Parts: sequence; C-alpha cells; structure tokens
Amino acid sequence: MSGFGKPLKIALALAVIAALIVVPMNFNRYGLFILSQWAVMTIAAMGLNLTLGYAGQVSLAQGAFVGIGAYAAAIMTTHGWPLPAAIVVAIALSFAVGWVLGYPALRVQHHYLAFVTLAFSTLAFLVFRNESWLTGGIYGISNIPRPHIFGLATNKPLPFYYVCLGSLALVSIAVWWLIRSPWGRAFMALRENPLRAQSLGVDTRRYTLMAFAIGSALGGVAGALYAPLTQYIDPVPFNLSLSLDLLMMVIVGGAGFYFGPFLGAMIAVLLPEWLRFTEGYYLMLYAVAVMLLLIWSPTGILGILDRYLAARRTKAASALRAVAKSRLETAQ
Amino acid sequence: MSNLFDLLVAGLATGAIYALVAVGFTLLWQTSQTINFAQGEFVMLPAFLMLAAMHVGAPFWLAIILGILLSMILLGLAFKLLLVDPMMRHGVLPLAIATMALAIGIKEAVKQFFSAEASSFPSIVPTGDISVLGHAVSLQSIGVLAVAILAVFGLTTLLNRTSLGHQMQAAAQNPTVARIIGVPVERMILLTFLINAFLVALASLLITPIYLAKFSSGEVLGQAAFIAAIVGGFNQVRGAIAGGLLIGVLDNLAAAYVSTQYRAAVPLIFLIVVILFRPQGLLGRAEERTV
Repeated sequence: MSGFGKPLKIALALAVIAALIVVPMNFNRYGLFILSQWAVMTIAAMGLNLTLGYAGQVSLAQGAFVGIGAYAAAIMTTHGWPLPAAIVVAIALSFAVGWVLGYPALRVQHHYLAFVTLAFSTLAFLVFRNESWLTGGIYGISNIPRPHIFGLATNKPLPFYYVCLGSLALVSIAVWWLIRSPWGRAFMALRENPLRAQSLGVDTRRYTLMAFAIGSALGGVAGALYAPLTQYIDPVPFNLSLSLDLLMMVIVGGAGFYFGPFLGAMIAVLLPEWLRFTEGYYLMLYAVAVMLLLIWSPTGILGILDRYLAARRTKAASALRAVAKSRLETAQ
Repeated sequence: MSNLFDLLVAGLATGAIYALVAVGFTLLWQTSQTINFAQGEFVMLPAFLMLAAMHVGAPFWLAIILGILLSMILLGLAFKLLLVDPMMRHGVLPLAIATMALAIGIKEAVKQFFSAEASSFPSIVPTGDISVLGHAVSLQSIGVLAVAILAVFGLTTLLNRTSLGHQMQAAAQNPTVARIIGVPVERMILLTFLINAFLVALASLLITPIYLAKFSSGEVLGQAAFIAAIVGGFNQVRGAIAGGLLIGVLDNLAAAYVSTQYRAAVPLIFLIVVILFRPQGLLGRAEERTV
C-alpha cells in the first residue's frame, strides 16, 4: 500500500473511522445489526488470519471458538456476571483450547491439520447441542443481557453497535502491534519456511501453539460479543459452516494481509444482504462470485491491489532508471 | 448376537457407499492435488438430475443413464475445465476454498430450482428381506453392498490390470516421468475426474433410496467420505476402501452401543487418533515432506 503517501493513508483511515461512527446513526435496527455482525465477524476472521495468513496453519475450527466464546458469555451474563468478566473467561478458555488444538499442528500439516480441526469443530457442535444442563441443548439460551459500559446501558442497537465497533478497534490495534512485534515476524518465518525458521532459532513449537492460541482467543472474543448481539444463541450458528465461512472470509479478503479480514467479512456479511433483492438466488450468486474471484486472484481482493501497486512501483522504478541513464548519457 | 450381525451388514452397506465416495476423493488428490470439499454435494446432485429426468417423463432406467452422463459432464468435465484447471497452479488452499463455494452453489441451486423438501427416490434393489445364516437381512443392504463391491472391484482391476490403469497410476505418482515415457498425463487426469463423477453418481443412486433426496444431504456424506479417506490413507485407493467400510461399520455400531447423541463423535475421535498416531492413514504411505 506504499503507493499512497503516508498523510493520504492516515486521512483515508480517519475518514473510514468517522464514517463508521457517524453514518450508522440514522440506520434502522436491521442495518445496525448487520454492521455489528460485520464488526464481530471481522474480529473472528482477524484471529483466523493470524493462524492461517501469518503462521500458515490451516484451521477449520474458528467457528467452534466463536461458539465457545458465545456460550461462555451467554452462560455467565445470564447468571449475573458482567460482560467484561465473561470476555476475559472467553479469551482464557479459547486460548487454552486453542493451545491444545495446536498440538496436532506440531505433528501434522496442511490438509491433515484441516481435518483434525474440522473434526474438532464438529465435536464442539455436538457438545453445545448435547450438554443441555449447561448450554440449553437445542433450545439454546435466550434473554442474554447487553452490558452496561461506564454506567450506560447498551440495550438499544446503536449503543451496542458502538460496543462492537470499539471492540473491533481495540482488537485491530492489538493485532497491528502483534504482527509488527518479533512474535509476528516469527509467525511469518514459520509460514514461509518452517525449517529455516527453526535453524534461525525460532522456537517453532512454541510459536505454532501461540499462533493457534491467539487466533482462537480472538474467535472467543468475537463469540462473547455475538451472544449479547443476537441475545439468543443455540448450537446451529456455530456448526462447521461458520468455520468454513470464516475461512472463506480470510481467503477472499486476502490471507496474510492486515486488512484482508475487514474486506472478507464485509463481503461475506454484506454481499448476501445487497443481493437479497435477487431472493433465492443470492447465495448462488455469492458462491459464483467467490469462485470467480479466486480463479482471477487466489490471493484474494487485496492480492489484486497488491499486484497492481507492485506493477506500478516497478514501472515507476524503471522510469526513474531510464531518466538516470539518459542523464548519464547526456553528461558524457 | 443377531443384532450385532444385522448392524455389521448394514454398516458394511453404508461403508461401501462411503468407500465409493472416498475412492473418488483420493483419485482426485493423487492426480491433481485437488481437495474437493464439494464431494458430498457431488453425491447429492446426481439423484436430483435423475429425478428431474423422471419429472419430464423419462422411465427410471433412462433417467439413471441420463443422470450418470450428465453428472460426468458437469461434475467431471466442467468441474475440471472451469474450476480446477484455472486454479491448479495457485496451490491447494485457494482451490479447496473454491470447492467450498461450489458446494454452497450446488446446494442452493438444488434448493432453488428443485425443492427444499426431501423427495423419495425409487430403489434399484427390490425391498424386502432374505434369510442369510438364519438372519433376516434386507435386500437393499445386500444390493448396495454388491453394487459397490462390483464397482470397486472393477476400478481396482482397471487400475492394476490394464495398461490404461498403469498409465493412470504413473500419471498420479510422477507426472514428469510419466510424460517423458509417453503417458498422456492430461488425458489421464481428465479420466480420473470422469471416474470420480461416475462413482459419485453411482453412490447417489445407491444411497438416495435409503436417505431420501435432500439438498443438504451432501454435508454428512461428504464428511464421512473425508474421514474414510483420511483414516484409510489419503493417497491409496485400497486405503479409501478400507476406511469407508471401517467408518460405515463404526458408525452403525456407535449408534447402537454408544449414546445416540454422541454417535457422530465416534468416527471423529477415531479420525483424530489415527491422524495423531499414523498421519499417513492406516494403509497409506508417508509422503515426503517438501520443506
């Protein structure tokens, strides 16, 4: 993205943030719900982007961690605990489970790992459905309260949208910091060449587990926001297809790009809404759009942008070289 | 004991279908590194193609032939030319995601153009029981098992006994060398896609009378076939067959002896255990690491 000047980039970011704060003020209830959903899904997709895009571990279990977070929040807040406490528990729980799930990743790679995580995803769904003493089984948990933040009730859609947006902002800053830290660089070394990373002294064991655990913890955060957002949860939204959707968001947006999950979640959450006028055809069109995009650019939407900017940079560089060369020739 | 015997027969019958689906899955992986997440939907679709043919008045036998032909064109030829070929050079993951999107597309198309309700489907095997060793066994189970075994037997004969099969195996194991010794690798890859399409159509024909034709029925089936393929050995046809039978039997026994609620968990836990202790699968050979 270095094709833009830095001030321009900051201005663009500020404009987007301002728009996200101001524009939804006159949205209706449903529009706010969709936007909040976008913010929540972006958090979950950012977690998966850490595991997949930065550390290169294919996980099909992110939806299960959203479920774990959602159930933790639902169970705790309906028993009178405040949401922040529930979020902390959700993070700790999904971090621990993610850490354990990382162990298979140490032994098996690629598609095998995909299938271990796929199995985990289905097992989690079975637990949500069958342990009704805890999760309410197929009837789920209803009347999940929305939190009071600094004494302000967020029962109305708009305040709760700001809760989601604020959480997204916090997570974005944390992830931004993380991928620029030595940890983030270790994750990327792991993705690019695990053997070389190891020979350079990166503790691949620890970082693989970390990538899984941190990615999963963000899934848990998303879940802990999802529960008060919908105010009712049952096992169905957290089945395997949520994990697949999240994976699609990351790949479509651009795996390994910081802004990939933002775009991917926008497409996965908003595109079906925009295509609703096509009635029964919208998921079909969505599927076709995803396939066409991936045929055209397997690195997702940001991959296209990246290629375009890279091409422009090389062009600019070769133009500079030509100028320098002609100057050299005229000087002689 | 009679109960156990019945469970085994029923398990083998479902397992044989899983094996058909899993074999196609491993064939695609071997020849073109394609993980087809839409494999379950590939099994669901042919039944609807056959139903559609019957709706416009075709008799059952003609509908079967049309369904198999159409599925070979759509799920074999078109799938390879339109989706796999343009994406092959991009690596495994984007293609796997694209097949997920394809699964959504197929499911929604069937729901939209056909019906969201389950439709019944005529059986090619007569219903009723016969007596085997003093046990009443449903003809349907035996018929399914017989057809599936025949298909698998035919396929392994093709692969191991004919020149064409040897060329296919060469193309799968080492495309570069195969090309040098004059194997038309591209044609062999296309052939595996067509065989996969044929196998899923056959599986569809066998399983739909038992479980009804429903747009969502591919999910469970696809997952069972994936598990079967991995448990048996991702890169081995005989592994996929063994895995299919094993998962089928395990699934049926779990339904009877483990709680019905956690029935689906048994094959999954088995899968995780196998992957952790023998990642190449029970009958698979280890793939060299490429890093």
